[in-house]
Amino acid sequence: MNWNAIAAIYRFEMTRTFRTLMQSVVSPVLSTSLYFVVFGAAIGSRIDQVEGVSYGAFIVPGLIMLTVLTQSTTNASFGIYFPKFIGTVYELLSAPISFFEIVIGYVGAAATKAFMIGLIILATAHFFVDLTIAHPVWMMAFLVLTCISFALLGFIIGIWAQNFEQLQLVPLLVITPLVFLGGSFYSISMLPPVWQTITLFNPVVYLISGFRWAFFGMADVSLGWSVLAIAVFMTTCLATIGWIFRTGYRLRS
Amino acid sequence: MSTILNVSGVTKTYDGGHEALKGVDLEIEQGEILALLGPNGAGKTTLISIICGIATASSGTITVGGFDHVKDYRAARDLIGLVPQEINLEPFETVMNTVRFSRGLFGRPRDDARIEEILKLLSLHDKKDNRIMTLSGGMKRRVLIAKALCHDPQILFLDEPTAGVDVELRKDMWEIMAKLKQTGVTIILTTHYIEEAEAMADRIGVISKGEILLVEDKTALIKRLGRKELLIELDTPIEVVPEGLRAYPLTVSGDGGLVYSYDAQAGSTGITALLADLRKAGLHMSDLSTRQSSLEDIFVDLVKEDAA
Repeated sequence: MNWNAIAAIYRFEMTRTFRTLMQSVVSPVLSTSLYFVVFGAAIGSRIDQVEGVSYGAFIVPGLIMLTVLTQSTTNASFGIYFPKFIGTVYELLSAPISFFEIVIGYVGAAATKAFMIGLIILATAHFFVDLTIAHPVWMMAFLVLTCISFALLGFIIGIWAQNFEQLQLVPLLVITPLVFLGGSFYSISMLPPVWQTITLFNPVVYLISGFRWAFFGMADVSLGWSVLAIAVFMTTCLATIGWIFRTGYRLRS
Repeated sequence: MSTILNVSGVTKTYDGGHEALKGVDLEIEQGEILALLGPNGAGKTTLISIICGIATASSGTITVGGFDHVKDYRAARDLIGLVPQEINLEPFETVMNTVRFSRGLFGRPRDDARIEEILKLLSLHDKKDNRIMTLSGGMKRRVLIAKALCHDPQILFLDEPTAGVDVELRKDMWEIMAKLKQTGVTIILTTHYIEEAEAMADRIGVISKGEILLVEDKTALIKRLGRKELLIELDTPIEVVPEGLRAYPLTVSGDGGLVYSYDAQAGSTGITALLADLRKAGLHMSDLSTRQSSLEDIFVDLVKEDAA
């Protein structure tokens, strides 16, 4: 293993995060706080408890997931797309480094950043609602695994994208709707039966459900399904990345 | 001297069907400077990209320091530094940081003292904390060289290092190359500036349309292919070659003198006989001079021949 190379990529990416602190950290925190104000305090005060949890607290796991999914995807996609765009990718391709090491560096940095933002939002949520976390270890595990798997997805998008529009397209058109419709703001038991079934095809449902279970001990789908869903998603992403690197897809002519 | 890089039967056909390289063989000796000359689109950059791992060859093998560049890519690439043609740099990073990144990618532990030495060699040291985007074009090129050198490679590829660079900077680049050669670095340089090849290279390779036309010692090449010309100025300008001199390969020059071209390597140049016949023809010479064809003429001839 070329550990120095992994460290170099990781450090380089983290430097970028801290250099663009406002955009990277402050803006997701601000937008999430706005969600708390609008949905938690203003609208939420008129909504009953959801299965024994106040609405304000109920949406916390969903909001963290919303931000973490978007952040890990966009961070990782930008991280690998930018060198392609400005041409510095030649250095990655000509260095004595395996693709696996490149992925660890970029995905690791993107996931770290998303994880930090997730924790910051969790801390912010404490200012708005009373929270107790039923299964803190599971909560952390879900958060970490989600950050990593969606950073892997972002990495794939960054390699696939040939312009900035495509780079924005997937997070905007796919991830945001999936998260909103995945039960960030409601329990899927609130939906009509047909939609409950349709929703089960949304992978994000399993993530949010599992994450919410870690907080409140209640879930839309069983914990086992949630863990399985994240494992399947992660394996699919890893397999896709493996294929990209074997074929040099959109990297090597 | 030993061979440090061996390219054998390398071809490259792009997905669109364009045949960029048609079986390239090339051997590079340790410590030499080889200039690869060729017109635009000849395949210079494709060849370098394949050697460095940026593109994949359709067929053929490459060994770097004895290591196969695909099977033992880590060991092979470790020996190589690449300065690309385009100025590809992270605009918002500082010089120091971007060079550190490159060093790390090549698996070297952080060593700012070594990086500063390299920056000094490239007269970049006072810019080390500047952001890349604040640097001039010439300085950016130096940063690219610093990035390529920061892991102390044995072979340095310079892909058109002086394209679009002003005269002064070009001279600086040449000085840098000379300094690097002294430290034992093997340099492979692509260029279409003939004078650069003439000034810097030990050997010259000519590539055109994906084929290496020749690789030869620079002075031997100029000598072997170099035609010489004898320029004869006359007291009274003439318009056509006189009757008695038609047997010689003579042309009338613009100012009414004669130009005699001959092979300097041949046993007999025919000059003595020509001069005697000139007198017989009643022509009076006012001056004589000779001219050696330059590498540029040789290059143009070769590529033209190849195109024909």
